[in-house]
Amino acid sequence: MNARALQSPVGAAGEAILEFIAGAGRLALFLARFAAELPGGLRYRRLILRQCFQIGNQSMPLVVLTSIFVGGVAALQSSYQFQGAIPLIYVGTVLAKSVFIELGPVLTALVVGSRVGASIAAEIGTMRVTEQLDALETLAIRPVRYLAIPRFVAAVVMLPVITVFANAIAIVGGMVVAVARVGISVHTFTRGMRLLFDAHDIYGGLIKSFVFGAVIALAGCYFGFTTAGGAEGVGTATMKAVVACCVMILVADYFLAEVIFRILFAPK
Amino acid sequence: MIEIQGLTKRFGSTTILDGLDLEIPTGQCTVILGRSGCGKSVLLKHIIGLIRPDAGSIRIDSVEVGSLGYDDLANLRRRFGMLFQMAALFDSMTVGENVGLALREHTKKSEAEIRRICEEKLTLVGLAGIQDKKPSDLSGGMRKRVGLARAIAMDPDYVLYDEPTTGLDPITAEQINLLIRDLQRRLHLTSVAVTHDMKSAYAIGDRLCLLYKGKIQFIGTPDEIRSTGDPTVQQFIHGEASGPLTDEVGAVRAGRKA
Repeated sequence: MNARALQSPVGAAGEAILEFIAGAGRLALFLARFAAELPGGLRYRRLILRQCFQIGNQSMPLVVLTSIFVGGVAALQSSYQFQGAIPLIYVGTVLAKSVFIELGPVLTALVVGSRVGASIAAEIGTMRVTEQLDALETLAIRPVRYLAIPRFVAAVVMLPVITVFANAIAIVGGMVVAVARVGISVHTFTRGMRLLFDAHDIYGGLIKSFVFGAVIALAGCYFGFTTAGGAEGVGTATMKAVVACCVMILVADYFLAEVIFRILFAPK
Repeated sequence: MIEIQGLTKRFGSTTILDGLDLEIPTGQCTVILGRSGCGKSVLLKHIIGLIRPDAGSIRIDSVEVGSLGYDDLANLRRRFGMLFQMAALFDSMTVGENVGLALREHTKKSEAEIRRICEEKLTLVGLAGIQDKKPSDLSGGMRKRVGLARAIAMDPDYVLYDEPTTGLDPITAEQINLLIRDLQRRLHLTSVAVTHDMKSAYAIGDRLCLLYKGKIQFIGTPDEIRSTGDPTVQQFIHGEASGPLTDEVGAVRAGRKA
């Protein structure tokens, strides 16, 4: 905010509105360019594979760690809430449902999104401020096609894959806690999991993670490409990318839930 | 030939280029001189279409740059090479991948052929045998040389140099000057360099132009610029603290205080 805006609240509000409109315009232009470059970018198979490796392989240790504890705490808290009211066989039921539908896809997206979104924004942002994007243009290479599309494809492919692993690890983590800390047998726990099992829960969760992958890549790329200034600009772009990833994942989660579980897979 | 007519560019309320006219003849090295922030790099980026002008035209061999769509502009850029101020090498790639990137993208040459061309270009800039190194392993001068090898990898007609000697020690700077001159003669390039380093300008330039207040204030050979009576040019080439280039700023500041 500049000094003139500070002197006048009306001026500050006007400046904020103008900046919002300009930002919306920049985003629309970026998305239009992105859509136009998508078919051409699919030919960069080597870059896509490299990005898949980076996103998948490097995110797994973090996902394994968080998934174990997510499953564990879900088992512990559901058994606490069921005590004296609901049979503990339903701990397995609730755990499977909540992990497949919500906890697995959303928490994996938040963990991977923070890491991958920040990494994409910082890398492309640094390329922007060190003129590497200009250098690509002078070599007649389209930066969005060359940099953004491979990251986007890798994110939408890898996030469902990582989510499958996260789901399995969270279930195992929950079962270990249920058996060791709550006193439920393995047989009871797995029978509970099967009680109300519906494969649509897994499919729905994976559709969500596919969309979350797109959100993460787009947020990282957009803030990377629109970075301005030096090191401070890269830091700001990275921070904005992480915040946008987290907020957009949670907002998208609600609308996806409406579409997937109330329309697409609605109970007949 | 590059013909620039009435080129105007504003950033916010600041006019950087103000109806600039300039002709850059084929086969020569034209050096654009000027103080820091006067718009030299902006002019260079207009030539290769990285920045669009607010008004005026740039013609490359009679082709209007501003009227080109993305594909045509990309085709035009294949005839250009550009050396950036900080070299702008791609950190995630090796030297060989940097130099050969355009070849891999725009030609159907085999990997062996591309490696051979990369080695040839790196030898031209005195850096044979470093294809597998990363840019982070190189000194500032070596990075500039690799940037130069990348710029000439596609055998361009035009090469643009943005502050080719900035940030280098005097010996390395002189080596870069000799290299630019040598490439100019060997490859018959049309070159445009922007710099505020007079030693470099005299060493590489066939024609020197002074950019001042968004326009070309003076054009001439190195001998003509040395002997001109224009006080603005004289202040710049001798690096004097007071004179027309700085007095106006001083007068404005004094006026503000009063």
